[in-house]
Amino acid sequence: MRFQLTEDQRALRAGVRELLARRFGREALRAAVDEPGRLDRALWRELGAAGFFALRLPEERGGVGLGLPEAVLAFEEAGRVLLPGPLVATHLAAGEVPGAAAGEAVVADVGACGLVEWLAEADVVRGDAAGSVPLRSVDPLTPLHRVPAARGVDPVAVLLTAAEQLGGATRACELAVQHARAREQFGQPIGGFQAVKHLCADMLVRTETARAAVYAAAVTADPADIDTARLLADEAAVRGARDCLQVHGGMGFTWEFEVHLHLKRAWVRTHRAGDATESEERLAVDLLAQSS
Amino acid sequence: MDLAHTPEEDEFRARLRKWLGEVLPTLPPKPSPDEWPGRRAYDLGWQRRLYDAGYADVHWDASPTMRLIFLEETEKAGAPYVGAGFVGLLHAGPTIAAEGTAEQRARWLPPILRGEEVWCQGFSEPDAGSDLAALRTRARRDGDDYVVTGSKIWTSHAEVADWCELLVRTDPAAAKHRGITWLAMPMDAPGITVRPLKTLAGSAEFAEVFLDEVRVPVANRVGDENDGWRVTMVTLSFERGTAFVGEVVACRRVLRELAAEARENGRWDDPVLRRRLGRLNAEFRALWRLTQWNVSEAELSGGMPGVGGSVFKLRYSHARQELYDAAADVLGPESLDLDRPWVLDRLSSLSYTIAAGTSQIQRNIVAERILGLPKGR
Ligand SMILES: Cc1cc2nc3c(=O)[nH]c(=O)nc-3n(C[C@H](O)[C@H](O)[C@H](O)COP(=O)(O)OP(=O)(O)OC[C@H]3O[C@@H](n4cnc5c(N)ncnc54)[C@H](O)[C@@H]3O)c2cc1C
Repeated sequence: MRFQLTEDQRALRAGVRELLARRFGREALRAAVDEPGRLDRALWRELGAAGFFALRLPEERGGVGLGLPEAVLAFEEAGRVLLPGPLVATHLAAGEVPGAAAGEAVVADVGACGLVEWLAEADVVRGDAAGSVPLRSVDPLTPLHRVPAARGVDPVAVLLTAAEQLGGATRACELAVQHARAREQFGQPIGGFQAVKHLCADMLVRTETARAAVYAAAVTADPADIDTARLLADEAAVRGARDCLQVHGGMGFTWEFEVHLHLKRAWVRTHRAGDATESEERLAVDLLAQSS
Repeated sequence: MDLAHTPEEDEFRARLRKWLGEVLPTLPPKPSPDEWPGRRAYDLGWQRRLYDAGYADVHWDASPTMRLIFLEETEKAGAPYVGAGFVGLLHAGPTIAAEGTAEQRARWLPPILRGEEVWCQGFSEPDAGSDLAALRTRARRDGDDYVVTGSKIWTSHAEVADWCELLVRTDPAAAKHRGITWLAMPMDAPGITVRPLKTLAGSAEFAEVFLDEVRVPVANRVGDENDGWRVTMVTLSFERGTAFVGEVVACRRVLRELAAEARENGRWDDPVLRRRLGRLNAEFRALWRLTQWNVSEAELSGGMPGVGGSVFKLRYSHARQELYDAAADVLGPESLDLDRPWVLDRLSSLSYTIAAGTSQIQRNIVAERILGLPKGR
């Protein structure tokens, strides 16, 4: 058993992180917030060229030929930097929708909760988007439409969404720790106060537990493992963003500081995979199945 | 990144499973938790069987993955817990193996492996709990002996122990982490008084230990004089690193039993309860994955458990308490009946966020040693 990243997996993660740092740094994030609803097509094609969408497509079909663990690592990085766009939908469409693999086409999916992300920007919509109505999305970086007909969700989409949540949770913890070390009150860094320190410790505990669950689900692709990953990653991302906000005090409540974007995106992602209660119900039934 | 096992590991698992299938039906009945001599005999008897079958040193010599398989399979098969062997096998033994001299290893390790001697851990004192380095039990050098006076508390298994891994202060003038020494104290030495303390579960577990001019040979010192704090950190990393692995497997079994019971008594129809059990399933599945992650990490880093154990312990001890709270919900008013299953376990689980470093202390460790936040004042 070698349940740790391989050299190749580390290299892949570093490569994606480097690409995203170069192409989607803080400036780009701010610019995206200032122009809501618009997708950077050049970046989309660059992601396509780097193999982001074709990652799991077999080599003989023009893909990179890697597996779920690698895809999970790439999506974790995307979640870290809040990369916008229907990434999961387009990734799943690679090999099925022309242009998706190369990043030439933007693909939107009708989701499990009857919501569609990035409908207006999409070249192709999968599922029945008839009768769609735009809503005022809570997340400035995720335009949303409501449609009458919901659609079953692919377990791989659930897992990749969990990977994005994991990346967001990791980032929220890093931001909180950085701030807790630098910000001084009462003549000492606030990270020296236990009330703050323990918030940070709990963020790490939630994140690392979620990480083990997400990576394991990537290895097994087992439905119960995927439901597990989803519940743990949702919790780590949503609570992580909230605690990060708290650690930042007044600055945490500003539009300027990025933590609200993490929280809002985390909320959007919790709905992408369908109701959490359905995952809980399936995992409850799983207990009965195991005992019989 | 994989979860696959090597052929040797699979072979080890199959052999162990077969052996467990043969030996477990031949064990004597489990003694009551409030009866010490019986518990000691039972726990040591099990260790002896492990020894005879060649599994005794799995906690020390096997690779982390083999140890994981051992703990997984023994727990799944319902084999006895290490019990009274805990300190010997998981604290003192590994410490002596790592820090002791050749003579010390030859004297103390074989009887631990053979299930002949029980060890207890004399670290905590009435005025030194979380702040362990504040301990005051004094050891004065007199010829070839240390003369020890003071008191210890919460000493698990002290009533039935042959040896105590004892922390004493040898240099009261030094800074508090610098004047501590690690000694192996024979529990039959004159001057030792053991006063049992009953736990809130009503069980025999720990005791107060009073030490009045107890003579401990200098030859029983492990590590250098005044270097006991470093030696202690070795012991604690073992405790936090590997001690709880089998219990995650046990919790997953309990959870399945809870679901079956809820189906039986009709509470399964309550969606709130059902979802709570579903969430606990996610929780313990994830904790099992975290265990596998930590074990793989230990395997790659040469076997020493890291601070990742604190992350695990924090989450696990909390989850275990939630598990038994859920059990109480499944049982309803029956949860007030001590003769019902899980009711005593619910009481025992209350110690999980206290023993082996409280959750608050674990959070300090995670925040300071992993996240690099400033030390508290
Ligand atoms: C079942 C059981 C078995 C045990 N077995 C043994 C054994 O065999 N040998 C042994 O030596 N000891 C043993 N212990 C003792 C155990 O290690 C201590 O109880 C534990 O370390 C806490 O110390 P304390 O009880 O003195 O509590 P205290 O240290 O007084 O703590 C009281 C409260 O204050 C909090 N607190 C203390 N310091 C801080 C801080 N710096 N920051 C934030 N909060 C703080 C604690 O978290 C706790 O909530 C056992 C305990 C139990 C419950």
